[in-house]
Amino acid sequence: MAELCSVCGHTVTVDELRICPSCGHYFPLSPEQRIALIADEGSFVEMEGSMQSVNPISLAGYEEKLKESQKKSALTDAVTIGSCTIEGEAAIVAVMAFSFMGGSMGSVVGEKITQAILEGALNHCAVILFTASGGARMQEGIFSLMQMAKTASAAALLEETRTPLFIVLTNPTTGGVTASFAMLGDVILAEPGAVIGFAGPRVIEGTIGEQLPQGFQRAEFQLERGFVDAIVERKHLKKTLSFLIKTHKGREVSHVG
Amino acid sequence: MLDESPRFKDAVDKMVEHTQLSSWESVQLSRRLGRPGAMTFINLICDSFMELHGDRFYGDDPAMVGGIGLVDGQAVTFIGNRKGANLRENVRYNYGMSNPEGYRKALRLARQAEKFGRPIVCFIDTPGAYPGLGSEERGIGEAIAQNLKAFSTLKTPILVFIIGEGGSGGALGIGVGDKLYMLEHAVYSVITPEGFASILLRDPSKAAEAAEAMKMTAHHLREFGVIHDIIEEGSAEETAACIKAIIVRDLAVLCSKPHTHLVRYRIRKIRGIGEVSGIAKTWWKPLLGVFGKTESLS
Ligand SMILES: [Zn+2]
Repeated sequence: MAELCSVCGHTVTVDELRICPSCGHYFPLSPEQRIALIADEGSFVEMEGSMQSVNPISLAGYEEKLKESQKKSALTDAVTIGSCTIEGEAAIVAVMAFSFMGGSMGSVVGEKITQAILEGALNHCAVILFTASGGARMQEGIFSLMQMAKTASAAALLEETRTPLFIVLTNPTTGGVTASFAMLGDVILAEPGAVIGFAGPRVIEGTIGEQLPQGFQRAEFQLERGFVDAIVERKHLKKTLSFLIKTHKGREVSHVG
Repeated sequence: MLDESPRFKDAVDKMVEHTQLSSWESVQLSRRLGRPGAMTFINLICDSFMELHGDRFYGDDPAMVGGIGLVDGQAVTFIGNRKGANLRENVRYNYGMSNPEGYRKALRLARQAEKFGRPIVCFIDTPGAYPGLGSEERGIGEAIAQNLKAFSTLKTPILVFIIGEGGSGGALGIGVGDKLYMLEHAVYSVITPEGFASILLRDPSKAAEAAEAMKMTAHHLREFGVIHDIIEEGSAEETAACIKAIIVRDLAVLCSKPHTHLVRYRIRKIRGIGEVSGIAKTWWKPLLGVFGKTESLS
């Protein structure tokens, strides 16, 4: 199927890696496509697939907005979690979907990310989180902000069990997701060209009163600044993740007793 | 010592006179120039206070104050957003908006407090973290993330007071603790009402409407169970006396608890926040055992 590339403007046909053959732009992957790319065939078992948002601050229009997004995306919310194997190595994975309300983190995203992390901690199984988010879900008010603390405290718990947390930053990862679990990986990977930052580009431009330098907040910029371990091309992602799982088995600290 | 309190109290009295404040009026009061800030309260609460500077990596962020104070003879580490009491100070303190070094200084002082068995008191009063070039280059997201993670398992009591504006991740970066209090006209939200209005209502002039919809006042947040209690505001001295009484009362209880209990309680509390349909809330609890174990190892 031919698609329009938002970067070079060409109409192109992409394979399962979904990379523009004309300019190399990485098209977004749905959670299903992402899982197909990294998980061993048929190994993925979804967790908490039916969890739904409520309207915690009773905001007018939020329920309709959710329903509309669910209909458009065939997802229940902005993250899919589950277990799988990657070249035979067991992992708990979470994949965010920017297409669902900008990948914003509300109570469901926060809870599912937290459950993925704790499931990994409980089973001493590597946790891999693929981020794609504009930040906190404002429609849930203070509850969305609190998801940052919740996911970060889950990461603290995971650390106590010496279970590895791997992050794959995809385009874009900003706001409350960057300022919580996305920056807490033992290893942090990024996809080429992904925008990664805290404040949005327009907010920064508004503050400093000038245009941002070329490449600001891109994965390559973050690699240079020391906030990303490696930029990994999609075709190498599965192999890279299985390498990381194998090399992070370390010493196990039991939580029992 | 800053003497802003009488004028500020007049302004509050004037607004409170007739009716209960609207959310937008609370927002305006929380931001009002001359509202008592972290330094005012620290000076009024402590017998003596020594400020400590720097993050040991890059620099010292004046928008984040930290140091050690004596409260009725007990050593306490204080961390707070600092806005300043007048326009000149506002500029010097970047209107209370910290760069990464502010959060890293806060973390350094928090770890120091843990190491030497001092409890921590945080004062939140910021529109948010500073959205600037340098702030991004030095990893403001990473700095806040590390604080959320570290504060959630810090083995010393942490009390948090929102005394003015509680703005988003920049507030939360020093806002994870055992007990959370708000002054009655303070606000706490995921984004400013102006931001909410321009993004969700597509009209930046609808900030008052946004403030109402966002449910960001102390009363709303107590209803949500996000904060423990609301502190009535009087003059700076009266408010400081209330805060001090709470610090003394809470620390007497919290300091007597084993650290492992504190951390388990804190993590359970953080874990419980959020509203979703149908989840099992207990399967993960055996994991809390790691905190008992880790401590006996070290
Ligand atoms: Zn292209």
